[in-house]
Amino acid sequence: MIRSPSPSIFRPRRGPSQGILRQHKPLIEAIDRRKVLRGALSLGALAFLTGCDVSEEEHVQTALRAVSDWNDKVQSVIFRPNHLAPTYSEAQVVKPPRFNAFYDIEEVKPVNVAGWKLELAGRIENKKSWTAAELYALPEQELIVKHICVEGWEYIGQWSGPNLRAFLERVGADLTAKYIFFRCADDYTESIDMATALHPQTILATKYAREPITDPFGFPVRLRTATKLGFKNPKWIVSMEVTNEHTPTYYEKEGFNWFSGI
Amino acid sequence: MKTDIAKAHKLHPLPVRIMHWINAVAMFIMIGSGWKIYNDEVIFGWLHFPEALTIGKWAQHGLQWHFFGMWLIFLNGLAYLTYGFASGRFRRMLLPVRVRDIIATIKDTLRLHLAHDDLTVYNAVQKLLYIGVLCVGVVIVLSGLAIWKPIQFSELLTLFGNFQTARLVHFLCMSAIVGFVIVHVALALVVPRTIVNMLTGGPRVDRHGKSLEAAP
Repeated sequence: MIRSPSPSIFRPRRGPSQGILRQHKPLIEAIDRRKVLRGALSLGALAFLTGCDVSEEEHVQTALRAVSDWNDKVQSVIFRPNHLAPTYSEAQVVKPPRFNAFYDIEEVKPVNVAGWKLELAGRIENKKSWTAAELYALPEQELIVKHICVEGWEYIGQWSGPNLRAFLERVGADLTAKYIFFRCADDYTESIDMATALHPQTILATKYAREPITDPFGFPVRLRTATKLGFKNPKWIVSMEVTNEHTPTYYEKEGFNWFSGI
Repeated sequence: MKTDIAKAHKLHPLPVRIMHWINAVAMFIMIGSGWKIYNDEVIFGWLHFPEALTIGKWAQHGLQWHFFGMWLIFLNGLAYLTYGFASGRFRRMLLPVRVRDIIATIKDTLRLHLAHDDLTVYNAVQKLLYIGVLCVGVVIVLSGLAIWKPIQFSELLTLFGNFQTARLVHFLCMSAIVGFVIVHVALALVVPRTIVNMLTGGPRVDRHGKSLEAAP
């Protein structure tokens, strides 16, 4: 038997069901994520005290993270800005897409689109924020590409939305800056290098399989880039900053490689 | 004879010994951390590696170790291959491999008549296994690169089929290396002088690899 699923922090056991989410919306909204996080942190601290694995010792982490930083540089050197990822046919698209986050799909707090805005910050000329309607009215690009998770699983997804490079040009972003930093409605943070942001297969995805993205997968807008691992594609984006300063991102702080190109 | 002695060297010259033990450490890191990464998304539903045998507290630590070990394996392996070809060690120690020698070695082994009084000469099965594991080493590095960068190195990925088949090749190479290590370590323990040789360099040999010391 090949590829039977195993338990994972990235993938819940059950598939996504919009019905359940809608049914329990008040409850989901009532869950205080900060309390959950605080609880998880205490648990982590407890594990740290009892754990004997050498990996988390400070000097070991310093050395391993220095190698990881070196690997970031190597990856940016081997990155081919115009080399396209393979694309697939519509028949190969998996519906719905596969969920990945640092919590289970049941814990997704849908974004209320009425109050939602995409804030722009940093090295951008026109920092006017964008409503969902404005964003959805922009010309779309479609990508049928593989989503490859850091764990090793993959699926083919059909994403569409404004091309990121075109969007950055439209708002007058400094395309010579180093990073685009994203903040998300669930307090997730992620950033990508400018070369990846300008790659022809990097979009602000607003649709999946030609329908608006559903809540668990990033409604109203998420990043989809064909040249990075799954977790480098933030969902429920609330702000985008063009910057030369590197701010450690959610998974980078956890110890994952920052560049994580594929 | 004088020139032969002038060109004499130890069975395992210092660079070989250094590279051997660096490789041993690198293999330990790569296999242990690789099992950690594997456990996060298994290829075979029936196979999970015991967590106690894996390296790294969580998946990210397994990945950190793996992407540190890859530099050890890659640079050390490159140095070893360059040295092996340039110095003539591969040609001298690993060639020729003849089918009838292999059959003879297998027969000797089954009769428990396998000679190992002269450790400066590898038998045919040893030669075959060493050549085999070197080839597997090259394939595991290439398949690893294909998994690490399936888009940037998409041409390389095509060589292995697709992303999942490349993962499978990487896994099978690991299995072959683990099998080799088990046999290699077991036989070294059976003839402990081989371990001493890999530490001290062993007997002196002439430029053809023939021992200059009488077998004990």
